[in-house]
Amino acid sequence: MTSRKPIASGSDWNFEILDEFEREIARLADEYRLDTYPNQIEVITSEQMMDAYASVGMPVGYHHWSFGKQFLAVEQAYRRGQMGLAYELVINSDPCIAYLMEENTLMMQVLVIAHACYGHNSFFKGNYLFRAWTDASSIVDYLVFARKYVAECEERHGVVAVEQLLDACHALQNYGVDRYKRPSPISAAEEAQRQKEREAYLQAQVNTLWRTIPNLGGDEPEASMPDDDDPLGLHQYQRYPPEPQENLLYFIEKNAPLLAPWQREIVRIVRKLAQYFYPQRQTQVMNEGWATFWHYTLMNRMFDDGLVDEGLILEFLQSHTAVVNQPDFDSPHYSGINPYALGFAMFSDIKRICQAPTDEDREWFPDIAGSDWLETLHFAMRNFKDESFIQQFLSPKVIRDLKLFSVVDDDQDEMLEVSAIHDERGYQRVREALSVQYALSVREPNIQIYAADIRGDRSLTLRHVQDRRRPLAKSVYPVMRHLHQLWGFAVRLESVEEGEVVRRYQWPLPDESHREPA
Amino acid sequence: MTYFIDRRANAKHKSAVNRQRFLDRYRTHIKRSVEEAVNRRSITDMERGEKVSIPSRDISEPVFQHGQGGQRTIVAPGNKEFVEGDRLRRPGGGGGGGAGEGNASNQGEGMDEFAFSLTREEFLDFVFDGLELPHLERKQLMDLEEVRPVRAGISRDGVPARINIVRSMREAQARRIAMRAPIRRALREAQEALEAEERKDAVLRNPARINELKAEIERLEKRLEAVPFIDTYDLRYNNLTNQPQPSNKAVMFCIMDVSGSMTQAHKDIGKRFFLLLYLFLERNYEKVELVFVRHHTAAKEVDEEEFFYSRETGGTIVSSALTLVDEIITDRYPPGQWNLYVAQASDGDNWDDDSTTCRDLLLKSLMPRLQYFTYVEITPHAHQALWEEYETVAARFPSRFAMRQIVEGNDIYPVFRELFRRREEA
Repeated sequence: MTSRKPIASGSDWNFEILDEFEREIARLADEYRLDTYPNQIEVITSEQMMDAYASVGMPVGYHHWSFGKQFLAVEQAYRRGQMGLAYELVINSDPCIAYLMEENTLMMQVLVIAHACYGHNSFFKGNYLFRAWTDASSIVDYLVFARKYVAECEERHGVVAVEQLLDACHALQNYGVDRYKRPSPISAAEEAQRQKEREAYLQAQVNTLWRTIPNLGGDEPEASMPDDDDPLGLHQYQRYPPEPQENLLYFIEKNAPLLAPWQREIVRIVRKLAQYFYPQRQTQVMNEGWATFWHYTLMNRMFDDGLVDEGLILEFLQSHTAVVNQPDFDSPHYSGINPYALGFAMFSDIKRICQAPTDEDREWFPDIAGSDWLETLHFAMRNFKDESFIQQFLSPKVIRDLKLFSVVDDDQDEMLEVSAIHDERGYQRVREALSVQYALSVREPNIQIYAADIRGDRSLTLRHVQDRRRPLAKSVYPVMRHLHQLWGFAVRLESVEEGEVVRRYQWPLPDESHREPA
Repeated sequence: MTYFIDRRANAKHKSAVNRQRFLDRYRTHIKRSVEEAVNRRSITDMERGEKVSIPSRDISEPVFQHGQGGQRTIVAPGNKEFVEGDRLRRPGGGGGGGAGEGNASNQGEGMDEFAFSLTREEFLDFVFDGLELPHLERKQLMDLEEVRPVRAGISRDGVPARINIVRSMREAQARRIAMRAPIRRALREAQEALEAEERKDAVLRNPARINELKAEIERLEKRLEAVPFIDTYDLRYNNLTNQPQPSNKAVMFCIMDVSGSMTQAHKDIGKRFFLLLYLFLERNYEKVELVFVRHHTAAKEVDEEEFFYSRETGGTIVSSALTLVDEIITDRYPPGQWNLYVAQASDGDNWDDDSTTCRDLLLKSLMPRLQYFTYVEITPHAHQALWEEYETVAARFPSRFAMRQIVEGNDIYPVFRELFRRREEA
């Protein structure tokens, strides 16, 4: 390969230099078949970066105190030097918006371009979750619509009313996603256009559900067999909803009896945005690992081709090492598994398995050992989420390198027990346990709408499927209070384990006089 | 495809609205922190923001979460000596769920407190929230001696420096259109007539008529050109008029007793009170001047340093200070141009016969000219003659004369708030 002159040296940058680097990175990325959305790289100041952080990177957003809280937290951490802002901020949109901070050195700018504009960007475009759950081309327009709509509501109904509604919706936003079926794409133009019609339509639907005069037309839910207590079968209508509903916000939007049309629309906005972030919550390790793997690969390629000089690559390696550093569990710096470290180790190891497989690799990964590494890497990036990616690709070597071990923590046992370590007997179980640790269904309690009493007291009943005796945190009460605000009538929650109700919660709290002993 | 956009010049503080919403929401919490800070801070220390902590649970955004308990498996990196089947004591002692609830602190100070900084402006907003200066309004309606030039539309005359170019050009264009229209019309008619004449068969043409028309056209074109591009008639000037202005200047007299009975602690309390008042005035007026008057048996105007830190001994004659203030007002601060505030701090000691003199001085000469007079008595003891005499003054000027007792440092801020509480009446 012909060696070329370094594009620039030192740590100062200007737009011409960045442009040139960007072209080279784009050329190399193309060689590696990284398929990306067009890049929109915005150079901003650190203050603007803090603004961007506060709104989860979104270029526009509706107003809410919680974003202000986020901003203050970021500002405080930054002032005290606990947090660097430099690394990256990139938005899953088309074109893909990435932020560069003006204070960054040249090396940082190049690194962020490689990491965000080619790593994350190609992940957003390629991964199945993002393809299915988000619509990169319309997100910015939708945000504009949402901001405008919320602002109008504030004008019409008062800031406080809107804020309370948003508080309640935010409390439930992790339960505002259809996990198994692909939602319809969001489009700002359509939203705005259809929003008026929808108001009327939604309200009509709700009215039908809650009407009090029986409909003789025949679509009445069928009564089941009467029994001795209720000979006429008056109380034995089919449960509504017939199937438990996992999308709490959707159910509220469509069925809450008392919400005004504008309130339903805001519930919908929060739900749609939650859905947009849903894939990100499930692909942290993969997404960061992928981007880190590519910035590492691209930077090294540029060094090999002579496009960057030694000073820059050394500075880069130092920064890269810090990013993929994984403190041990007993270190004071430990705060969980670093997704950059794990993801980078896994993608690098997949490449190794493809290029130089050992006997162990052939045994564990017969399909990919010795295959084309680029092909295999792209396959892994496209078709998995963290949970399944770890289940599929976490190799014994990575387990050994990170010295992973699993511990069982049981509140009925006064000691912790090491259940598996990085040895022959443990690989499988460590891998299993780590995979489960990343499963969203395990990280967050499994709670679904079970029944709405549409004939009686209009109460709403939720079911929490409890797993391994893990109870809900105390935050369940404030969340239920929010849910109660949205629903308008009593809300109950039952924790069920192995078919038995083990605990009940309700809001409003029952009167002191006849409260059950906890 | 890639493009770079330089956004550095764009507005920052995009989150300003959200920040304000947060501050509004937690007003009561923040106010409590601010009040504590005011009492704790040293005297010269009001010029910066403040770090505020709010208990995390009060600002949490609740979501459904797993609580402690039950059984779970945790994978962690960096195993050193464990082998499968090892049994370990729970970290951090105690029963319960080991590492549970760890995610509460991924931001800010973490753990139990959410900490953030208020800017100086925000801090002072909270300090003076709900306070107002008494009797600003009266001043605004009376003595309007200050004037300020303000824009008052457009006029036909003025000095060249105030020419409004856009308006002048617009006038010029309008005039040109208006003046040229009839000429153009006549010109067009003449040209049409000429063309019509020339189109006629050569035999039928009337050469005299053609010449006549040509001359007419030439004359009209000259007239058209003669319409001036701009005329003095077109010029417009930005007009300014003088508007009477409520005085935006205030002077604050700090009067302090430095006799032997005033300890340094008393003086510190006094100083804090003066400082709060100064900051408060500074937020309400463009310009605030300070006059320090200290007194024992005789009064003297001094600079700040001497005012607060030099010691004197001897008896106390309060009227000496009031007389001096009265003279200074007459000499330097005519009440029509200045808003006058007096703050007096003393331990209440006074020469026996002097208190009545003070009362008379206040009633006759000072109070009619002052915006507000505050008197704080820094003493844990019973009141003496001065307090009683001042009470009669307060009865005469209930809305402009205020007096309170301060026992210790922590009372300052509440007393200050009490003195300047926003009053309901119109």
